[in-house]
Amino acid sequence: MKGDPVETQLTVQDPDGPVVAPGHTYESVTERIGSIVISLRTPRQWWIGAGIAFLVVNMLMTAIAWLFWRGVGIWGINVPVAWGFAIVNFVWWIGIGHAGTLISAILLLLKQDWRTSINRFAEAMTLFAVACAGMFPILHLGRPQVFYWLFPYPNTMGIWPQPRSPLVWDVFAVSTYGTVSLIFWYIGLIPDVASLRDRAPQMWKKRIFGLMAMGWRGSAKHWARYEMAYLLLGGLATPLVVSVHTVVSFDFAVSMIPGWHTTIFPPYFVAGAIYSGFAMTLTLAIPLRKFYHLEDFITMHHLQNMAKVMLATGMIVAYGYMMEAFFSYFSADKFETFMFKNRTTGPYGPFYGLLILFNILIPQSLWSKRVRSSIPALFILSLVVNTGMWLERFVIVITSLHRDFLPSSWGIYYPTKWDIMTYIGTLGFFSFAFYLFIRLLPAISMFEMRDLIDKKAGKQLVH
Amino acid sequence: MAVYGLMAEFEDPRALLHAAQLAYDSGYRKLDAYSPMPIHGLAEAIGFTRTGVSPIVLAAGVTGGISGFTLCWWMAAVAYPHIVAGRPLNSWPMWIPITFELTVLFAALSCLLGMLGLNRLPQPYHPVFNVPEFARASQDRFFLCIEATDPVFDAEGTLLFLESLHPASVAEVEP
Repeated sequence: MKGDPVETQLTVQDPDGPVVAPGHTYESVTERIGSIVISLRTPRQWWIGAGIAFLVVNMLMTAIAWLFWRGVGIWGINVPVAWGFAIVNFVWWIGIGHAGTLISAILLLLKQDWRTSINRFAEAMTLFAVACAGMFPILHLGRPQVFYWLFPYPNTMGIWPQPRSPLVWDVFAVSTYGTVSLIFWYIGLIPDVASLRDRAPQMWKKRIFGLMAMGWRGSAKHWARYEMAYLLLGGLATPLVVSVHTVVSFDFAVSMIPGWHTTIFPPYFVAGAIYSGFAMTLTLAIPLRKFYHLEDFITMHHLQNMAKVMLATGMIVAYGYMMEAFFSYFSADKFETFMFKNRTTGPYGPFYGLLILFNILIPQSLWSKRVRSSIPALFILSLVVNTGMWLERFVIVITSLHRDFLPSSWGIYYPTKWDIMTYIGTLGFFSFAFYLFIRLLPAISMFEMRDLIDKKAGKQLVH
Repeated sequence: MAVYGLMAEFEDPRALLHAAQLAYDSGYRKLDAYSPMPIHGLAEAIGFTRTGVSPIVLAAGVTGGISGFTLCWWMAAVAYPHIVAGRPLNSWPMWIPITFELTVLFAALSCLLGMLGLNRLPQPYHPVFNVPEFARASQDRFFLCIEATDPVFDAEGTLLFLESLHPASVAEVEP
């Protein structure tokens, strides 16, 4: 905008570069981010990507339809491995969601301004990941049509859920988490959809964004309440995100199965969740900034910071693996000792080796500044960690169950094609939802970017 | 009342903050400032210091916590009592996860509903949108509106006052 007084020239002395490229104004950030939604033509890559993802969603629908028709017998689950892919995928997806909440809540409380350009799509990632996660326990039920029996409601059977069971805690934790993530995401969107309402060239777009903005007019009193509500939500979501994966880990730790019954599980699960979540954020951020030319907003600073968080949480996960090994030795319990030997050298041993390679050894390359500043290397590493974390959940679920106490009840688990189709299908569902999101809503928070520019300008006036 | 108020447009957040402070110091009380992003100190400058959100969230959180604990106790000890592994019926440490989750759920819902309710949103109509320039209040411009219901408001005097603040423009707001 000509004559705009805030022509910020960012010369922040940061080795990783600025959090916003220099030269941006209030108008230019709003235009660059908003135009993706309201005026630019949909790029061809979008149609190709969304089209492929849509086909995969249809594969998911087919797999689910057949599952509902035939029952869970089409999956590879049986005694002794009754949990299988469904629970592996549930834990993996819910863990991925955690980075979104971490970025939006914990980094908000810590006043990290680099969160600003990645929090919106990380929150969207959380929502879609929780949706994928939430499918699995329900699909895994023998009678999915009565899933609502999990909730406490007055019923003619005269029975109630068992509040001592971690599985019931899980229902409360995951449904609360989904709701709070949605609230956080929507509150963040209100001022942005108001901006789009005032910019959209067509009346029908103005109407839709206007309905979503609910008459937001940016009054100082509204902003004061808004900021208070946002801060309180950040304070509520921070312990929530820790509690959710803790409760998920209780599903395992409260049982008596060797390899599950350990006290290290809650912190180790939470660290693993953040680890895989940051990996997924990188997997999404790198193509997003490239195809939509958002390099000015999602800078190397963001990518490097995410890489550093990955390195740190990866080390906590490595500590978790070490403690698991140590506990099985130190407990002198023969089932625990056998579990560890079976996990590392038994029929699923190669998967354990791969998970150590993917989650611990390869990510050590992030110590090198050259790796952290190479975008292709970061992208490949993010995929490696995502795979590694999936393998971790696979190893935890399968190897503990398939050989527990009595050799007469041992067995081997193989996933069927329906297991694999359902898993790949949720990847398609997640991608398709994300494609729709970046096309229909601002993928970066515009008002927070304006605020960031204002803060940088204010700093310059002082100096 | 012929007009809702008078609205001045500014190009810079600091100019708006300065103008809001001057207006408040000149005795205006029914006024509001509009900006495309939160501006630190702006609400205080127009005399708005208590948002009222926190007490609502606290009350909702406490309600959620009590509900969660009571629900677990009632389900396990009253409505469907059965003894598992010799534990007492009211084995309260096991109620903590659900108590915590419901505390957060109630508090988070009240954050959204409390913020919207106190802001009187959703609001389908508001006079400030009658000013064409106001479309930029969500983009890159900053507005100060002194409302006609203010006891100190005087069509000519307030107009002169606003013009003395060197705004980009001043407009009458249709009711």
